Amino acid sequence: MSYLALTDADREAMLEEIGVSTIEELFGDLPVGVRLGRELDLRPAMTEQELTAYFEQLASQNAHVGAELSFLGAGMYDHYVPAVVDAVLQRGELLTAYTPYQPELSQGVLQAIFEYQTAICELTGMDVSNASGYDGTTVAADACFIAKHATGRSKVVVTEATNPQVRQVVKTYAPGFGLEVVEVPHRDGATDPDELRAASEDAACVIFQHPNFFGVLEPAVELAAAANDAEALPVAHVDPLSLGVVEAPGRYGCAIAIGEGQPAGNYLSYGGPHYGFLAARSEFIRRMPGRIVGETTDAAGTRGYVLTLQTREQHIRREKATSNITTNQTLLALAGLVYLSWLGPEGLREVGETCMALAGHAMERLGFPLAFADRTTFKEFAVRVGRPAKDVVREARERGVHPGYALGRDYPGMDDVLLVALTEKRTPAEIDRLAEVLAEVLAL
Amino acid sequence: MPEVPEALRRAEPPRLPELAEPDLVRHFTELSSRNFGIDTGFYPLGSCTMKHNPRVNERLAALPGFRDVHPHQEADGAQGALRLCWELQEVLAEITGLDAVSLQPAAGSQGELTGLMLMRAYFADRGEGGQRRKIVIPDTAHGTNPASVTMAGYELTPVKTDPRGNIDVDDLRANVDEHTAGLMLTNPSTLGLFDENIEEIARIFHGAGALMYYDGANLNAVCGISRPGDMGFDIVHINLHKTFSQPHGGGGPGGGPIAVEKRLEPFLPVPAIVREGARFGLDYDRPQTIGKVRGFLGPFGVFVRSYAFILAYGPRLREMSEVAVLNANYLLARLREAYELPFDRLCMHEFVLSARPLKREHGVTALDVAKRLMDYGFHPPTVYFPLVVPEALMIEPTETEAKETLDSFADAMLTIAREAAEEPDLLKSAPHGRPVGRLDEVKAAKRIVVRYGFEEHPDLAGEPAAAAALEAPKGV
Repeated sequence: MSYLALTDADREAMLEEIGVSTIEELFGDLPVGVRLGRELDLRPAMTEQELTAYFEQLASQNAHVGAELSFLGAGMYDHYVPAVVDAVLQRGELLTAYTPYQPELSQGVLQAIFEYQTAICELTGMDVSNASGYDGTTVAADACFIAKHATGRSKVVVTEATNPQVRQVVKTYAPGFGLEVVEVPHRDGATDPDELRAASEDAACVIFQHPNFFGVLEPAVELAAAANDAEALPVAHVDPLSLGVVEAPGRYGCAIAIGEGQPAGNYLSYGGPHYGFLAARSEFIRRMPGRIVGETTDAAGTRGYVLTLQTREQHIRREKATSNITTNQTLLALAGLVYLSWLGPEGLREVGETCMALAGHAMERLGFPLAFADRTTFKEFAVRVGRPAKDVVREARERGVHPGYALGRDYPGMDDVLLVALTEKRTPAEIDRLAEVLAEVLAL
Repeated sequence: MPEVPEALRRAEPPRLPELAEPDLVRHFTELSSRNFGIDTGFYPLGSCTMKHNPRVNERLAALPGFRDVHPHQEADGAQGALRLCWELQEVLAEITGLDAVSLQPAAGSQGELTGLMLMRAYFADRGEGGQRRKIVIPDTAHGTNPASVTMAGYELTPVKTDPRGNIDVDDLRANVDEHTAGLMLTNPSTLGLFDENIEEIARIFHGAGALMYYDGANLNAVCGISRPGDMGFDIVHINLHKTFSQPHGGGGPGGGPIAVEKRLEPFLPVPAIVREGARFGLDYDRPQTIGKVRGFLGPFGVFVRSYAFILAYGPRLREMSEVAVLNANYLLARLREAYELPFDRLCMHEFVLSARPLKREHGVTALDVAKRLMDYGFHPPTVYFPLVVPEALMIEPTETEAKETLDSFADAMLTIAREAAEEPDLLKSAPHGRPVGRLDEVKAAKRIVVRYGFEEHPDLAGEPAAAAALEAPKGV
């Protein structure tokens, strides 16, 4: 199968117009030494039906959340995605457009991004948002780049209770930015503000996740204050679905709010594509990476939207740009906008309360000792299961239940700790099922 | 029951829209009616490879066994997904002529940055990290290349383009030495021209102990015809959303896998996908890895679509590139008399014309041509890029367009060239009949209204405005 439209007669006529007799002549500039000179070693072309059969076979070899009861989270969550999200994303006018360089043909996407920026600012309590970053990890590196240039400092602080992948991406980017990365350990599942204050000396920014990777609500107000005391920019990495019940970072002194957008409107999709959001106080707008849409008018006074402040960006500023980002995650951010618009403020609060209540119920129903007994958690909590958690995961999965994330994968000394996530999709009956399976596995 | 402590509890709810579903659907349907995609019409945005997005790929990516798999799922619960990633890596290695692939980078520009990080790790390992600080980039390069150089902590060495549109090899020779870490090159270049001296360029860099990076933005020209690895490149990124047809989504998502030569493999991001017999797993234990550039394995849904696209063609990918090049040359042949052709050669998958004569003779700019094309139902080409061509119009038709479409576009371009002489105001006042006229970009940058302000939202309509679209790169 191919998606080509030319007939043989078309090809002949076109070659004649060009003034050559074969297609090969069009490639005359290629030195003989760099030509492949054989057919690509790929399997023969497939028809649409063959493709469908093959991909269905591959898909059938994966355990998805519709087939396996899942309490797995650790940064990606099985929240409900309403049908209206799919319907909007499959509108070809939006799906198959690219970056809105020509505003007269792109008011749909431009206005949607403007609305997305508004929604993210409202969620986070910030003044400005970009049109999306790649995911919840790379926006942390972006925040470091902003902070380095805003403060002239060359150290960043990240709490150890921040998602390990976020920390890893920051560490991967840091040498190129000329930044040193310092991690502040957690104390019984949360970050100690005094310890953070001491580490923040001379730091460009302080990144903390809240609720953190263990699901624990950090003493966020004190953490932001600790960073501000050291004149380091406080950067909160937040779950968008927590922000109906948990205070917005902009309301407790943060300079930048970032996060993984997946919980709000994106499918799990084995890790992507998703969107990362990045919002900040207005003073940082000229240091923001990526696309930003602004409102303006045409000469007749009609309201319209354009890509704005493009002198920050690579296609204008080249080596002096605030980032190299070009292709971003607009479609996934659009999903986020549709989702948040579908929920509304009340719905967002209800989802947060429901997750939190289900998590509280699961905590009691499971009855395992909490890894961090004195902490308040949001939709995820860590329990000690008395055996290597990875074995418990394996054995529970054999019984059709994925019980959660084995924290020993990232935190030494926590091999017996299981991180259990609850979304509004889980039911009390499913929590019973989890309890039964775990009891069975642990009795073995 | 746990409760959010008072000090951390949300005081004021976010002001999100409050709509019934019917109104929500109407709102977004209305927005879509004010947007233009490949599904709407011809979209020859140069360097962005706006080809048809097959609908079967959407259906496949939405299979629950792909769409609803948690990325932390244990390897034995994700064997089909891992096999798909493994097979995609294999085909990308074959198409690029290189040895090892990481699918992790989220887009082309992140692939670039990852490639530069690999260079840094490679030279650090050889004890040359402090010495090799410079990356050579031609003046035709995408802006992402120099921006990536800065983000990777390298220094930029620009080189010129020669009168045939190739890299100026003499300028290059004078600028490559023991301080050079590597070259970043798009080949064919953003001028749509294959660099005829590529073998000599490779000798210069490898002779100086430096590496070669291939920006895969224009890979659509050469699939199955010439492979970056065979041209001498050590690191390549592939834009899955361009060459292999992930829908561009109004700006993204994309996918920017990188393929590398064997000696760079130890430095690739983690995890690596490993195969033992028929079983696939993830390996994080790579002591020399640069780390991670993004979460998990990369944008998996993009992999599903692009792999389906590749399997649909199989070895006929060569024909895909041939037709892309044929379509571009056909349009070039039809337009070359009416517009200026800065480099008089056959092109590859795209070509760059200049509207300079129109500007000189009639005061009409590339931007005016672009806006007038909208009146004829076409998306404009990329304009004002590459920077080395004044009043540039960069046209990439892709392989999926019918001759009839190309002809109607060519007819429109020829008509517009005539209109420029006879009725230049038609171009200067274009587009006509769109929801908005030319928007005041200067006002947007000055007023900075980047979110809705509710009660305090300013009334911009009450302020003076000019039809002031900026003559700056639009596209790429």
